[in-house]
Amino acid sequence: MKIHEYQGKEILRQFGVPTPRGTACFSVDEAVAAARQLGGSVWVVKAQIHAGGRGKSGGVKVAKSLDEVRSAAQQILGMQLVTHQTGKEGQKVRRLLIEEGAQISKEFYLGMVIDRSKQRVALMASSEGGMDIEEVAAHTPEKIHKLWVDPAAGLTGAEADEIARKIGLPAAAFDQARAVLQGLYRAFVEKDAMLAEINPLVLTGDGRVIALDAKFNFDSNALYRHPEVVAYRDLDEEDPAEIEASKFDLSYISLDGDIGCLVNGAGLAMATMDIIKLYGGNPANFLDVGGGASKEKVTEAFKLMLKNPKLKAILVNIFGGIMKCDVIAEGVVAAAREVHLSVPLVVRLEGTNVELGKKILAESGLPIISGSDMADAAQKVVAAAKDM
Amino acid sequence: MSILINKNTKVMTQGMTGKVGQFHTVNCKAYANGANCFVAGVNPKKAGELFEDIPVYASVRDAKEATGATVSVIYVPPSGAAAAIDEAVEADLDLVICITEGIPVHDMLRTRYKMRGKRTVLIGPNCPGLITPDEIKIGIMPGHIHRKGRIGVVSRSGTLTYEAVGQLTALGLGQSSCVGIGGDPINGLKHLDVMRLFNDDPDTDAVIMVGEIGGSDEEECARWIKGNMKKPVVGFIAGITAPPGKRMGHAGAIISGGQGGAEDKLAVMEECGIHITRNPAEMGRVMQKVLKVC
Repeated sequence: MKIHEYQGKEILRQFGVPTPRGTACFSVDEAVAAARQLGGSVWVVKAQIHAGGRGKSGGVKVAKSLDEVRSAAQQILGMQLVTHQTGKEGQKVRRLLIEEGAQISKEFYLGMVIDRSKQRVALMASSEGGMDIEEVAAHTPEKIHKLWVDPAAGLTGAEADEIARKIGLPAAAFDQARAVLQGLYRAFVEKDAMLAEINPLVLTGDGRVIALDAKFNFDSNALYRHPEVVAYRDLDEEDPAEIEASKFDLSYISLDGDIGCLVNGAGLAMATMDIIKLYGGNPANFLDVGGGASKEKVTEAFKLMLKNPKLKAILVNIFGGIMKCDVIAEGVVAAAREVHLSVPLVVRLEGTNVELGKKILAESGLPIISGSDMADAAQKVVAAAKDM
Repeated sequence: MSILINKNTKVMTQGMTGKVGQFHTVNCKAYANGANCFVAGVNPKKAGELFEDIPVYASVRDAKEATGATVSVIYVPPSGAAAAIDEAVEADLDLVICITEGIPVHDMLRTRYKMRGKRTVLIGPNCPGLITPDEIKIGIMPGHIHRKGRIGVVSRSGTLTYEAVGQLTALGLGQSSCVGIGGDPINGLKHLDVMRLFNDDPDTDAVIMVGEIGGSDEEECARWIKGNMKKPVVGFIAGITAPPGKRMGHAGAIISGGQGGAEDKLAVMEECGIHITRNPAEMGRVMQKVLKVC
């Protein structure tokens, strides 16, 4: 689960990581009032969306008067911000962060991820702050310093100092850097984060080390023990179809094709998308109904797919293990009746009670196209979509 | 022979008395030699009771001492599953198979850290389990699609493993053992570990390796295969069409920071001599062709 920058900074401050003073705002008037309250003579107006690359796309502006704060807020609030992470439709800006300006002497990068091979939390730090870290990794990998944290010891003071030295922070700032690195690590572990980034971390003209940005992604499997993180969820930033799916415990991801797929199991669901593509079609979604799909879940899954105006055909691909084919067949028939299916439906069933399942489909009187195996079903659904 | 488990394996079930645990324990017990294999359950609140004639013990250690079980299968819900693995590791079991999906990643980091230097081998979590056809099934896979034979199967996915097995069986190619290593980012045995076991197993002639987007397990396994594997390997990677940055159902199935894409994995696998297919419906047929040539 992702959160906004201003929420990430709230978490950082709880763990002793300094950030600029700032206020989240939902209107232009609020933005101006916030700037007035913060005082000073330079402010930064920052679009709050769940995607990076905001600065390069006009989502961050520096203002040197309250009038400039107003005009920047007017420009940014409500705009459809397109960055390299939003897709071409972009994301509407509904929230702003108004911050005091900072005098930047030098920028750095700090990141934390879960290293799957080493099975440790990996800390990455670089002197190349403010840049896309993937670019740095591709062109100057020697400028990224990595450290794998021992879970029992945590991030030690000596390790933190070593990282600070490697990225070129002055010795006078090591104490502050240690607080930032150890604070970030504690936040990462205690809040069950999967990813945390401070880009840039800056050294100010007066020698302070502060986080100018904050990005977090949390483990959705651990949200049950973090109501305070769940409270940060912003549904406006998520795909409505994916939100709807999660209500019914369906795993759904929108894609840009026109063939809907309903599959049991994540691996088979991906493979089903792949085989549709292989035979010349384009999948409209990833949809895993899980191991114990009921008639209700299948019906909801059909409704979800049918909300997509581009949809031209549906492929149901089930390998029944725990899930019995006759049960899924009954679910498919009931769902197809209830939603008055307007597009061709291809069904491929295999596994437990497969003959019974096929019989139920054949006797339903519905125009269901039967696929004998995965390849046959994929070819049939691609052909059906082309005919629509 | 087979890898990891056989008809003489003695298994205890942690989380046996829950709804999921009950359902699968009944099925596992009914498969092949299951009635002799599934000898104990663990639940501190139900110690002394019986489920399907299987005695319940208060702890893993009690169950091990009373029955000689050296393998455990876990159906404990996500919030308690990592602690259940810890308990099995502390009791020095040989093998722990964790079926549970949805364990917090940081819990698994701590559990894997505690496992350093211990003898216990972990499969999963978030996996279907493993099976040696006609001998023993430990997990949630449908037993009837399998057939005894000489092909090994290792996979990160559940139903996609069934798909591979179903294709093999339909072509008359039986399986030595099928291992689901699970779809989580932090897990126990990797593709590489299972591949080594298949390489050393005299009753395995060839292996199907099913991977998916995310991480670099498949690449690491492929590089090892290039230098060490004596048997042909057929490979498939799910998620060629998966968009970057999106978690595709499995917690570990995500292309992040430009890493873990299917095409990259397939390229490394092909370069390392694995017989890859981009068509998930062709895994069995590719294996059949490879065996004819060999």
